[in-house]
Amino acid sequence: MLADFLQYDFLRNTFFTGILIGIIAPLLGTFIVVRRLSLIADALSHVTLAGIAFGLLLEKKFAIMLSPLYSGMAFSVLGSILIERLRGLYKAYQEIAIPIILSGGVGLSVIFISLADGFNTELFNYLFGSVSAVSQNDFYTIAGISIFIIIIIGLFFKELFTLSFDEEHAKIAGLHAKYIHLLFIVLTALVIAASIRIVGVLLVSALMTLPVAASMRIAKGFKQMLVLSIVFGELAVIIGLISGYYLSIPPGGTIVMVSILILLLSIVAKKLKNYNRRNKTVK
Amino acid sequence: MTDVVVSMKNINFAYENKQVLENINFSIPSGSFLGLIGPNGGGKTTLIKLILGLIKPNSGSIALFDQPLDKFSAWDKIGFVSQKANTFNRGFPATVFEVVSMGLTAKVGYFKFFTKHHKEQIQQAIEQVGMQAYTYENIGNLSGGQQQRIFIARALVSDPQFLILDEPTVGVDHENVHRFYELLYQLNHEQNITMLMVSHDTGTMTEHATDIACLNKQLHFHGKPDEYHALTANDLSRIHGHNVNIVTHDH
Repeated sequence: MLADFLQYDFLRNTFFTGILIGIIAPLLGTFIVVRRLSLIADALSHVTLAGIAFGLLLEKKFAIMLSPLYSGMAFSVLGSILIERLRGLYKAYQEIAIPIILSGGVGLSVIFISLADGFNTELFNYLFGSVSAVSQNDFYTIAGISIFIIIIIGLFFKELFTLSFDEEHAKIAGLHAKYIHLLFIVLTALVIAASIRIVGVLLVSALMTLPVAASMRIAKGFKQMLVLSIVFGELAVIIGLISGYYLSIPPGGTIVMVSILILLLSIVAKKLKNYNRRNKTVK
Repeated sequence: MTDVVVSMKNINFAYENKQVLENINFSIPSGSFLGLIGPNGGGKTTLIKLILGLIKPNSGSIALFDQPLDKFSAWDKIGFVSQKANTFNRGFPATVFEVVSMGLTAKVGYFKFFTKHHKEQIQQAIEQVGMQAYTYENIGNLSGGQQQRIFIARALVSDPQFLILDEPTVGVDHENVHRFYELLYQLNHEQNITMLMVSHDTGTMTEHATDIACLNKQLHFHGKPDEYHALTANDLSRIHGHNVNIVTHDH
C-alpha cells in the first residue's frame, strides 16, 4: 500500500511532510491543550487562509509568484502576535481574542477570494487538505520549519512546561512569561501554516488537539502524554494519508476521522482499566 | 550574613482609590516563623504580593536580604506556596516528580537542562515532605493535603532560605493540617528556613509561629504569641474590626 507513496514524487513529498507535521502539530498541541487554548489553533488557521487567499490573489491578478505557503505563514504569525496583544488588552476576557481574530481571518479571506474572482479547486484543497499539493520546495520549507520548532521547544521545554502549569509561580521565580508566551504563539502559527497543505484550514486544529485529548486519557505525567500524542498524531497522519489517497478523499477528512477513532479507543481503554481496578479491589 | 530577611518601611498601597495598606513598617528576622493574621480584605495577600514584587507600593521601600526590591534578583532564595490545593487545574497531566522539578526551572536557567544532580535534588525534596511513594503519580490523583505537600516540595527544591505561605491550609482536612504544621516546624527549626505564613486560623497560628503580626490596613500588632494572648478583648476587636473568639485547639 505504501508503494505508490514511495514511487511518485508528489506523493513522496506529501508523505514525508505528513510525517513531519505528525510530530510538530501534537508537540505544540500538547502545550495548547493544557493551557486551555485549543481554539487559538482555529483562529490562526483561518488567518492563515486569508494569507493563502492573498498569495493566490497576487498570483492570479498580478502574476507575482509567491508561494501561498509563505503568505499564509506571514499572516498566521501576524495573527498570533495580534491575539497575544488582544489577550493583554482584555485581561479578564482573554478568550474574546479568538473570535475577533477568527472572524477577521474569514472576512479577509472572503474579500481576497472575491477580488480574485474565486479559485475553485485550489481553494477546496486548502480547506480540506490534499495528497498532491506539496511541492518539493514546500517540503524543504516545512522540513526547515519543523527542525527549527523541535529545537526551540527542546531548548525552552522546562520553561514552557512551568509556565503552562502555574504562571504566577513561574513569574515569581523570575521567568520572562511575556516573551515565552510570544515565542510559543509564533511557533504555533508556524506549525499551523506548515500543516495546512495536508490537513486543510478547517481541520488543522484537530491534528493539534485530538491526539492530545486521546493521550490525556491514558498517559501518566506530562512527558508521557507528549510522546503518546506524537505517536497518535503519526498514526492518524499515516493511516489518513494512505486511506485518503486510495479512497480519493481529501486527507484532512480521513486524518481527523482516524484521530477520532483513536480518541474513542483511548476513552474505552481508560474505562476498561478503571473497571478492572474496581473489580480487583472488590475481590 | 544577613539577619533581616524582609524589611518594609512606610509602605502605602491603594487599589484604585481604596487604601489597602497604610504606613506599614516591619521586618522579619532570619530564622523566625512569622504568622500573619487579620480579617479578610485586611491586606494580607497584598502584603505578600508586594514582597514578591508582583505589585509596586505607592510609597515606601522594601528590602529582601538587605537589598532593595528592584535590585533583588536571587529569587531562588525565596520559596512561595499559595492556596494552590484549592485553585490549580486538577486535571493537569503532571507527575509529582514533574511538578517538583518546576521549582528548579528558573534556577537552572535558560538553555540548560536538568542534570542527574538536579534529579537527585528533586527526589530529596519529595522525600523531605514524605511523599516518595507517590513520585510518579499524577498530581491530580492526590488529596488536597498531599498536593499541598508537593507544592511545599516544589518551593523547597531550590533550597530557599525564606518560605512564604499564603493560606496554604485552605481546603486541607483537619488531620492533615496538623501534619502540615509539623512539617513547617521541622523546616523552620532543623533547616533554619525563615517563614512568613498568612492564615485566618488564629488559634493554630499562635500555637506554631514564633511571632505574630496582625494586619488590618495598618499593622496593629507585632510580637510574640504570648503577648498576643495577653491582649484584651478590646484590643482584639480593634485589630480585627469585629469581635473575635480565639479558638484554641486541644491536642
